[in-house]
Formats: sequence, C-alpha cells, structure tokens
Amino acid sequence: MAGGAEAARLSAEIGQREQELRGLRDRLAAVLAGGSGAAAEGSGAAFPGELPPLPAQASLSPADILRYSRQLVLPELGVRGQLLLARSSVLVVGCGGLGCPLAQYLAAAGVGRLGLVDHDVVETSNLHRQVLHGEARRGVPKAASAAAALRLLNSGVQYVPYCGALDPRTALELVRQYDVVADCSDNVPTRYLVNDACVLAGKPLVSGSALRLEGQLVTYNYQGGPCYRCLFPKPPPPETVTNCADGGVLGVVPGIVGCIQALEVLKIASGMGPSFSRFMLMFDAREGRFRNIKLRPKKPDCAVCGDNPTVTCLQDYEAFCGSSATDKCRTLHLLSSEDRVSVEEYKKLLDEQVPHVLLDVRPQVEVDICRLVHAVHIPLSKLEEKDEEYLEYLGKRICEEKQRTNGQTSFPVYVVCKLGNDSQKAVRILQELPAKELGSVLAKDIKGGLMAWASKIDPTFPQY
Amino acid sequence: MAAPVSLQVEFGGGAELLFDGVKKHQVTLPCQPEPWDIRNLLKWIKQNLLKERPELFMQGESVRPGILVLINDADWELMGELDYKLQDQDNVLFISTLHGG
Ligand SMILES: [Zn+2]
Repeated sequence: MAGGAEAARLSAEIGQREQELRGLRDRLAAVLAGGSGAAAEGSGAAFPGELPPLPAQASLSPADILRYSRQLVLPELGVRGQLLLARSSVLVVGCGGLGCPLAQYLAAAGVGRLGLVDHDVVETSNLHRQVLHGEARRGVPKAASAAAALRLLNSGVQYVPYCGALDPRTALELVRQYDVVADCSDNVPTRYLVNDACVLAGKPLVSGSALRLEGQLVTYNYQGGPCYRCLFPKPPPPETVTNCADGGVLGVVPGIVGCIQALEVLKIASGMGPSFSRFMLMFDAREGRFRNIKLRPKKPDCAVCGDNPTVTCLQDYEAFCGSSATDKCRTLHLLSSEDRVSVEEYKKLLDEQVPHVLLDVRPQVEVDICRLVHAVHIPLSKLEEKDEEYLEYLGKRICEEKQRTNGQTSFPVYVVCKLGNDSQKAVRILQELPAKELGSVLAKDIKGGLMAWASKIDPTFPQY
Repeated sequence: MAAPVSLQVEFGGGAELLFDGVKKHQVTLPCQPEPWDIRNLLKWIKQNLLKERPELFMQGESVRPGILVLINDADWELMGELDYKLQDQDNVLFISTLHGG
C-alpha cells in the first residue's frame, strides 16, 4: 500500500508544517503584543503561548447531530453533555501507549480541544502499543504524529501539539489553559510535576499507568478528593522503578487502561462525574481481573493540597525523585574502567582467539530473543542467590576452557547483559566470591552490553 | 493467647517479583500472646516469605515509598495502617505503583 504510506507521510509533514506555522504565528502575536512570549521560554518555540478560549456553542449543527447521533441518544450524555464536551479542553501528557487510545476516543467523541505533550519521537519499538503512530512516522515527534492521525479522524477538534517535555517552568501556565488533565506519562518526576501543577491550577487529573500485564487508574484532585501526593508523599527509591523497556509491556494493556482513562475524562468533561475519585482501578490482564480499591480522603498534612502546603510553586522534580523525567534506561557506574572492556576490545579478543569464558547474565526470556552462541548463560538472579548448581556449572566451563591454556593463573571471564548494567553487578558478585568457588578468575564486563554489540560490531544482531 | 490467623497475602504491580513471582500466598500466622497487626505481619513476611533484597520491599518497620497496602480492598490508611489488628480470613494486598505508559 504505497498510497497509504505516502498519505501518512504527507499528513505527518502537514502536521509538522502546521505546527511550525503555529509557532511562527505565536511568535508574531507575541511581538505584535509587545510581550515576551514567556510560555515558549526555555523549551524553544515548541510551546505555543496563551490559547484563545473555546467558543461557547449554543446548539449542535446538523453535521454534529449526524456525527454524534449514537451517543446523543444516550440520556446520560444527550445534547447538554455533547455541548459541554465541545466546550472542554483536555491536556494529554504523554502520547504513548496510554495517550494514543485516550486521545483517539476523546477526539472521536468530539471534545473541543486536545493539547498533546510529548518530548519523544516515534520509534519502531513503540508501534506495538502506541497505535496512533505508524511505520511511516518513525522519527517524527510523537505529539505531531498523534495530531496528524487525530486530524484524519475528526477535523472538528482543535489539536495543539507540544513537542517538548513538560517543564516545571511552563507546566502551570499550560495546565491552567485546560479543563481536565490526563497523565499518560512514563516516569516518576513527570507524575509529581503533573500532580502539583493540577493542584496549584485547580484542575482534575485522571492518571493512568501500565507495565507488564498490569494497569492502574485514579482520578486525583477532583472536588476535594485526594491528590497523587496524598497517596504517595515520598517518591519511590529510583532502583525500585521499572520502565517499559526493562519490564516489558503487552501493548493492549495500556490500550485498555487508556480507554478507561478516556471514559473517565469524558464523564468529567460532560458533567456525568468521575468513578475513580477516591478509588483506584487495578487491572490484572493475566487473571482478567479488575479490582476497585477504596482510597483515603485528601490528607490535611499533604505537602501540596493540605491545609498548610509547603509546595506552593513547581520545583525540580528530577532532584526530588532522584531520577530523570524520561523512561530511558539508567546507566550504572559500579565498576572502574580497568574492570570493563568495550565491545571493540572484546571483538579483538575473539578474533585473536584469546581463551576466556563469556557469561551472559540476562533472564532466560531475553536469551530466547537473541544470544551469542558461545556464551554461557546464568541469570543474574541465580548469581545473586549464589545458586550452587549454577556456580558449579560455571566452574566446570571455566575448567574446560582453562585446559586449553597452559595453566594461566587468573582466567578471564567476560560478563555481558543487554545494556551493561546487570553485567557490572555480576562482576561484583564474581569478584567477591571466595577463590575456592571458581578458582582464580579475572572478571570484567562488556560496556554497553549486547545492544552496543549490535550497534557497533554486528548490525545483524537483533536490538530489543 | 491469640488464636492462629489465616490470611490471603497478595503482591502485585511487580512486588511479586520479590516473592518468586508468586502473587497469592495462603498464610497461617501462629499463636502468639499479642494479637497480630500489620507491623508484626511485615516482620513475619520479611522472615518467612521475602527471599532477597528486603530494601526493595521495606523501609524501617513499614513498606517502602511507592508500595500501597490494601486490607480487604481498602487503603490501609482507612484501617489504622501498621496498627490494624488482623482478623481471620483477611486479605492483605501489597501493590507496587506503576509509572509506565
Ligand atoms: Zn494531596
């Protein structure tokens, strides 16, 4: 379908051009008004300034009646609810696995304006769950890609793409311009930032999250209900937080949570009222089970929504959480450089047939995806447990290889994983093992792991 | 002397990975002079169920930030937190909050 790809490419380009035009118009407006264009400061021209209010529609046009007829006949919504929707603006923070289905249903339902925030570009590994983006839009900013896809679905909705990260310097001004906020983000600092901005601006926040085969959904800060900080006053230790790249996620799981999130936003915007204020919806896809948890009320001692708040303006959330506002994998620096080799150095050693053992410490499920054939496989968890069976196996393999040398004293063991974090932990464990376990070994890890191997040495090696 | 207490203890949101990936545990707490509360249950879990890296589950005598405790499908805040007196057949769920999207 060359025509389809071409249409997608062109619509993405139109989306981008329109966004550029909008940026130019905003700058022109700011210059004409003699203002500073403060909204865009710090994040370039990506963030347009103040938006004009949505026009208050007194009645539905015949075209609107035809388009929305199947939901207009629902007494719970009706003409009144549809007009309220058309007058509502929703800020979508994150155009990924949750944001795509959410924005899609809100656009289809005829919400007035959708703000779309995302700092990332579309990547191949997003496509299994981020269903507004397509193959042709890889490399395009997600906010622009989402806007282009949504425009094809419903051109009657206003789309405002913000191609940048939500920033504490501009978030409050942005959130103030919208009626409801949907947190579809993928990291802890952004979740605290969105919460605090919503509390300070007095906006309801519908927050979804998903990982592996589970999802969670809560509406915060709705008419005196609790906020995110009421539930989670302290951020989790960074080492306990798992992202979608490390933990995995089945695409349809954020799809389901994003759809329920869209429903919750629609109910708030159309006046039906929410279902998950003071309730958490938990979804376990493995068991096919939904659970509704009754939550605490707003806490009088909450740092941001309590009686004597200490958070009265937005702060540095990356410092507060001790992690960065992306879902990119963290890079550990556990070992010094003499305990590490680069993929290039390891390649040279292979070419020169230097006797050694290569130890792959990834979980079995990842070894099933791809591996180097000569590697010995022991998952990190088994090393951490000092599992005797596995250690014996490793000792045997070292012995076998050692026999091919003339009794070298410190036998080299190179440790590899996906990205070069777990391999460092494994080297530490091997270094601390008593010599009787494996004999005298010299353990080093391969920097950047198999993904560095794929990008720098062997382009046919799969990346995941 | 308090009678033994049977509970269903559940882990979710990834917290189960610290317990061999097992989400549901049928637990019988032995007789002891004091009634069982969540504080004692956490100590018991640390000694009997938690396999490794307790710092990923606990902080001091409580759960670490980012883990929500739910007693019979209600936030433990509503039930007295660490001081909640466990009843026979209670369901206690420890859920790690998710941040992915
Ligand atoms: Zn609060």
